[in-house]
Amino acid sequence: MFGLDKKDTSLLIIVACLTLFAPFILNPFPTGSAMAQFNAGYPDLMQRFVIFGIFAIGFNILFGLTGYLSFGHAAFLGAGSYSAVWMFKLIGMNVIPAIVLSVIVAGLFALLIGFISLRRSGIYFSILTLAFAQMSFNLAYSVLTPVTNGETGLQLTLEDPRILGVSATADGSIPVTNLFGLEMRSTFELAVGPWAFQFNAGYYLCALIMLAAFYLAIRIFRSPFGMMLRAVKSNQQRMNYTGLNTRPYTLAAFVISGMYAGLAGGLMASMDPLAGAERMQWTASGEVVLMTILGGAGTLIGPVLGAGFIKYFENIFSKINDNVLHTWFSFLPDGMEDAVVFIIHPFIGKGWHLTLGILFMLVVIFLPGGLVEGGQRIKGWLRGRKAKDSNASGETNPAE
Amino acid sequence: MGILEVKDVGKRFGGLQALSNVNLSVQENSVHAIIGPNGAGKSTLLNCLVGKLIPDTGSVMFDGQSVLGRAPYEINQMGISRVFQTPEIFGDLTVLENMMIPCFAKRDGAFELNALSAVLKQKDILQKAEHMLEEMNMADKRHMHAAAMSRGDKRRLEIGMCLSQEPRLLLLDEPTAGMARADTNNTIDLLKQISDERDITIAIIEHDMHVVFSLANRITVLAQGTPLVEDDPQNIRGNPKVREAYLGESA
Repeated sequence: MFGLDKKDTSLLIIVACLTLFAPFILNPFPTGSAMAQFNAGYPDLMQRFVIFGIFAIGFNILFGLTGYLSFGHAAFLGAGSYSAVWMFKLIGMNVIPAIVLSVIVAGLFALLIGFISLRRSGIYFSILTLAFAQMSFNLAYSVLTPVTNGETGLQLTLEDPRILGVSATADGSIPVTNLFGLEMRSTFELAVGPWAFQFNAGYYLCALIMLAAFYLAIRIFRSPFGMMLRAVKSNQQRMNYTGLNTRPYTLAAFVISGMYAGLAGGLMASMDPLAGAERMQWTASGEVVLMTILGGAGTLIGPVLGAGFIKYFENIFSKINDNVLHTWFSFLPDGMEDAVVFIIHPFIGKGWHLTLGILFMLVVIFLPGGLVEGGQRIKGWLRGRKAKDSNASGETNPAE
Repeated sequence: MGILEVKDVGKRFGGLQALSNVNLSVQENSVHAIIGPNGAGKSTLLNCLVGKLIPDTGSVMFDGQSVLGRAPYEINQMGISRVFQTPEIFGDLTVLENMMIPCFAKRDGAFELNALSAVLKQKDILQKAEHMLEEMNMADKRHMHAAAMSRGDKRRLEIGMCLSQEPRLLLLDEPTAGMARADTNNTIDLLKQISDERDITIAIIEHDMHVVFSLANRITVLAQGTPLVEDDPQNIRGNPKVREAYLGESA
């Protein structure tokens, strides 16, 4: 189906089901219950899951296939966000032109940076991209203030022209982003017993775009172009002496992944129309590297899993505080309770980075293939057990 | 006029004159061996032919066109394929994929943004690669990771990859270095078969006299960066100058 083989089609369908039913899947605990704080099924977080999913899918096309580790992809994300917000300021609040422009701008930006950075490979390439991203951050933060509004960040105002829309709504407020009238923030709430499921228009737009992006990534992985990119990672020397020019291949991969990042940035601004320089900072670039490696670089589903994993931790673990811990461990004797809370304290709330760091170390050391490898090992283990069971029964049967 | 004409080529690395006044003419459809003691400049010469190095002086003409100043991939597209001393293959890819890549390079040129069609739908490429694998006797290994194969198989695969590009000149850099005797003999047989059955010129750099004398029909002896003599194998064997420079006086 869709020009994919059976395995890839079923993967695409699984991802489609997961994203479309995410409001149910991510909301397993009834509202008001003690576990409700582990629910991730609210629009803001779900949007972030899929947007960072797109970012990581794109990054994986570069890093997973060619092995070129870019430390500057946040620059394209930021460029996408700024262009989207400018479209909201100048043209109107429809998200389509904003998203289109953010992809184009990020693509051109990636072409420029890639053209220069890809003169080197390995660590030198990483350093060059890092330098470019940091330059972009500083430009956005100070030098280009007329375009980026410096440290305040680019925001919508009532004075914006919006030639195809209105500067201000009838009641004098800033109009909201929409898709041909469908407001991105509009949310339908479905109450089933104690559960409250939220279906957000913005989330579903992002989810559909992510599915399209994921489908495109599968096609690229299975294409001759994708095979050439894997060949670049494997042996550039052989590529050159097989009559293949590696530069345009790597540059095309770089631009494509830059456009994915721009798309993510544009969607981010479409959900919440503001853009700040901090989106371009090197920590943001590092985050997508973590997502891809944690999920499994070079695999199709890995980056999406990694993005979801990290964003879940960032939003859920960081919300747990000492009070919550005290209620959890209130069944313990007083002294013990304080001791347990004291031990766990550094790993939660603001310390969630520590938990993430430890998990990341564990994954890299024990599962170099990321979460995907973990899943495969569990599958293999289950299969092995099943095979053993059937063997065992096969042996006992004749005896009976 | 040979298919490959090297004229007055010189190359200097700092204080070392690696090559000077190298003249070489490789005739079409011959097997031409370049031999010489360590440090004679064999590898430097080869690197000048494939675009890895640019000689300081002289000219290198392939089929009437200069190769100087061209990138390795351009020279390859002109019809020169190179086999390396240690097999250079795509270790992370399967054997079949390894064989498909040169087929793509032959069909689509140095770059083709073929990002939306599926590899499995490229029937012509698949067929050609499968055919080549069968010719190389490695069809049963097609789904193996190339890095997991034995050295002899890697060499075989690399030669097959070069042949699937249908080159006019095949350059081999010590193709049997570090190989066991059985593997060496297999490689000799394979190369013999290739030169007999195909419309191809082979230039080979080799240390192993057994390999050289069983394959070559023309030999150039290089010593201290200059060709000492170029002749037929039987004359090379008896040439006292060669014995002195290459085989050592005691030989």
